[in-house]
Amino acid sequence: MKPGFLSQNPSVLWFLAALGLFTLGVTVLAEATGTGALSTSFVKTLGKTLCLCLIAIAMDVVWGYCGILSLGHFAFFGIGGYAIGMWLMYARTEAIVSESMAAAVIPPTDQEVIDAIGTQIFGVVGSSEFPVIWAFSDSLFLQLLMVVLIPGLLALVFGWLAFRSRVTGVYLSILTQAMTLALSLYLFQNDSGLRGNNGLSGLQNIPGFEDTPQSMISIAFFWASALALGLGYLLFAFVTSGKMGSVIRGIRDDEARVRFLGYHVESYKLFVFTLTAVIAGIAGALYYPQAGIINPAEIAPIASIYLAVWVAIGGRGRLYGAVIGAAFVSLLSSWFTGGGAPNVNLGVYTIQWTDWWLVLLGLSFVAVTLFAPKGIGGLFDAIAVRRTPERVGDYGPDKGALRQEEGTE
Amino acid sequence: MFRTILIILAVCLAAPSIASAQDLQSILQSHQKLVAKPSAKTVGTVLDDLAASGLSGTADFLERWRNKELWVRTEDGLFFYTTADGSDLTLLDIDTGETVGTAIKKDLKQIRPNGGVRKAIASALVQFQLSDPDIARRTAAVDAIARAMTADQLAPLQAAIDNEPDAALKARKTRLAGMLAASFADTTEARVAAIQALSDDISVDVRAVLNQILTTKRATAAALPEGANIAAQLTVGQDISETEAYAMLVDADLAPARVSASDILSALTANASDGRVADTPVGTLNTLEARAKVYDTLAAAGTVPTRITDAEAQRLIETHVYFDAYIEKDPAITQAARLALDGIETRVAVSQAADLTLDALSLASIYFLAAIGLAVTFGVMGVINMAHGEFIMMGAYTGYVVQLFIPNYTASIIVALPLAFAVTFAAGVAMERLVIRWLYHRPLETLLATFGISIALQQLAKNIFGTQARPLTSPAWLDGAWVINDVIAISYIRIAIFVLALIFLALIVWILRKTRLGLEVRAVTQNPGMAASMGINPDRINMLTFGLGSGIAGIAGVAIGLYAKVTSEMGADYIVQSFMTVVVGGVGNVWGTLAGATMIGFLQKGIEWFNPSNTLAAQTYMILFIILFIQFRPKGIVALKGRAAGD
Repeated sequence: MKPGFLSQNPSVLWFLAALGLFTLGVTVLAEATGTGALSTSFVKTLGKTLCLCLIAIAMDVVWGYCGILSLGHFAFFGIGGYAIGMWLMYARTEAIVSESMAAAVIPPTDQEVIDAIGTQIFGVVGSSEFPVIWAFSDSLFLQLLMVVLIPGLLALVFGWLAFRSRVTGVYLSILTQAMTLALSLYLFQNDSGLRGNNGLSGLQNIPGFEDTPQSMISIAFFWASALALGLGYLLFAFVTSGKMGSVIRGIRDDEARVRFLGYHVESYKLFVFTLTAVIAGIAGALYYPQAGIINPAEIAPIASIYLAVWVAIGGRGRLYGAVIGAAFVSLLSSWFTGGGAPNVNLGVYTIQWTDWWLVLLGLSFVAVTLFAPKGIGGLFDAIAVRRTPERVGDYGPDKGALRQEEGTE
Repeated sequence: MFRTILIILAVCLAAPSIASAQDLQSILQSHQKLVAKPSAKTVGTVLDDLAASGLSGTADFLERWRNKELWVRTEDGLFFYTTADGSDLTLLDIDTGETVGTAIKKDLKQIRPNGGVRKAIASALVQFQLSDPDIARRTAAVDAIARAMTADQLAPLQAAIDNEPDAALKARKTRLAGMLAASFADTTEARVAAIQALSDDISVDVRAVLNQILTTKRATAAALPEGANIAAQLTVGQDISETEAYAMLVDADLAPARVSASDILSALTANASDGRVADTPVGTLNTLEARAKVYDTLAAAGTVPTRITDAEAQRLIETHVYFDAYIEKDPAITQAARLALDGIETRVAVSQAADLTLDALSLASIYFLAAIGLAVTFGVMGVINMAHGEFIMMGAYTGYVVQLFIPNYTASIIVALPLAFAVTFAAGVAMERLVIRWLYHRPLETLLATFGISIALQQLAKNIFGTQARPLTSPAWLDGAWVINDVIAISYIRIAIFVLALIFLALIVWILRKTRLGLEVRAVTQNPGMAASMGINPDRINMLTFGLGSGIAGIAGVAIGLYAKVTSEMGADYIVQSFMTVVVGGVGNVWGTLAGATMIGFLQKGIEWFNPSNTLAAQTYMILFIILFIQFRPKGIVALKGRAAGD
């Protein structure tokens, strides 16, 4: 009998159980629903971290499983954030404007209301007209559709162009990085229609929930993020298991050989690239209402590279590795840069971690790449019973193919 | 009057000794009334006499007279300069400038020449300054005229050309007189001739003069006015919108003002009472149509002015003509100016194209410099080095540190270039030995590891040098720009970078093609195993090649630092562009990098030319173009063929 999905992927149950416990713990300790041991801002940080974990597993699937080092997934994350941010900003401004206009003797026409919203939103970039891309911003449903559609379409078109002409390896990485750079430079312009480098702000105020305290909103978003992460984990575990998962991993290890076996490599890659982009967009749509502000700097190429760093430190090629990497590095990063880490006095020089954290991160990243290609997730191999494939020599003949020492899955 | 001045001036220049027998006070006393109560009509006589005297204090006197610093003593009519001394005045002799006594204020009267007089004095003054023996004062006078040109400057300026001893200043005076003549000469013929003489000068001020002559005023009337110098008739809907046309009619009192939507709103607001306007509940007034209807009801009752209907407005717009008329009445002059300006503009366009080409070349050489090191490490060796930008930064900071120790900029640059090479060569070799050589078969890991080094180096630089930009000053002989004309100019520093880029191109090509090292590099790149069996040590070659590429990045850093600021993030600004340059050009080929840099440089400047205010957009479109370009030529412009391609 064929083994079931869960017995093939024992990590899924473990992960879901851990996530459930974690969510329960945070709920019990949060301000709105429990003892209040965790501050609202920390609940938000945890919620944001869960969103980062979600995009990290997407990155892990596209890179760790399919071998496409995309340096553009944070662009999809940002697009998701912008898409939901447009509705949040529009709806909230509409509420404020309608309230202030209700005092007038003659009720305003629809056009006057829209003009006033436009002036409110685009005043900072010296404009008052609604750009075309805001056409659907008054509808939550359509904007939610945008969260999925825009990253998906962009990834589809970009991926189709890139995979069709067989751009692979580092070239593809540089190309995706260029795409991210182009997008962020475009958004930095004032006439891009998305408020230039001001970005969208005030996203933490959810229209219709003005009277709900932020502590409640934060825990609601935390639940939503946890749910999304759980579902995302299930989805990706499903995608990367079974026959399809084998093909995807085959593409990573030797693309040409998979092609000769008769699989349409481009379609598989395009599917993985687009699906992960969509999930990245959803993660972004959950992240930015908790962050409260989004601006083009969030999309800069460096963010996508950090994403790769998280996945690499956590351990590529295993979903829980990506989650661990994203959570560990991003929380550690905010602990160090937030001044939480104690300074180290060396006598002649005091190491202030706010200054030296990036140096430490960079160097430890080099160390992980060199000495522990399996990342933190590799530690689990020590406790888990793993079937070690009986293979001889390197798995693929080409440069870039997975080496024996890193491919034990 | 000016002719008189001219003759007199000639006389007094010829024989200054005769006139200098007099003094200022006596000349002024001979015209006492005219000086004390000057009028525009009569002041000419005084000025002529003063000019004739040739006294050295005349210019000074005129200046003070104009500036209301001249006082007259009531009892004897003598003139004095004064300085305030408490409530009293100290009197100064107008010839010698010496103190001659004090007086109380009411014994004297300040002379306040009116505007017309001041103008006459000023133009006489210009005449004096333009012929002043001191070249600095003459230059200042010419500068003053160039700043604000007026009609009355023309004659004195023309008069002052022939006697100008300094050739350069004489040329300036002639040119300025030409511009003045184009605007202010007396006869049409003289102006047309002056305008035609200007037509081979593309400088900004000449264009300003011609544009001034061609100034138009937009107007509307029932029919085109007779005798007006019409520049163009405007078609409604094409040249101007209907709204603009109607606004012009309103401005010219040819049509009543339209009642706008906001006028309607304020009228309705003013007439609202008990939640109703003209028996209509205000709640229903949330569309423009409903508001207009209620407004018309109010207008019918006479409460508010009637609205003009759209049809009526349309009729009014159609029954009038709209045109641009030249302020200058004489068509011959405007025609000549238009012709001259068109000719000039064509030449300006050609010059601009040349200037754009120079700009693009300079940008291309900067990209090339930034990318050439990468062409060696990435292009030839196939190693992705994300820390390449940080090597550029290290080179630039090396230059900055050298300048801290060697204050002479020329010497410091000469020291900094090899030192930057040495520093980044060492850093490159260290990185190759410690990190990259373990990852030769895992390019993606190389990318990430070098990226880790890149963020560490960037933060390290921030910790050492701080976040603010550090200056890297170029030697004085690189300051300034090579100015060909008012449009084409390129700074010497950019030329130097261009030359440096050429030198490096030659150097790299020479090393790769003509030296033993180059041969071994190419051998190791193609087939390390075979190269090793031929007695080449691949480890050593890889190390040296990587060091070479990194060293060049260091030198590029010094060059880039000279023209931009040195910051810890400067490398990151160039890294994506550099990779693009190498990929677009074609990996594995230095000529490809040159082609890539040239293409990207020209492309970026070209896009910027379409949208000059927006370099961000230019970069965006350029990257999009590159992404598409790679679709169609995945191997770049100069693709390697055969065995060298290495696939």
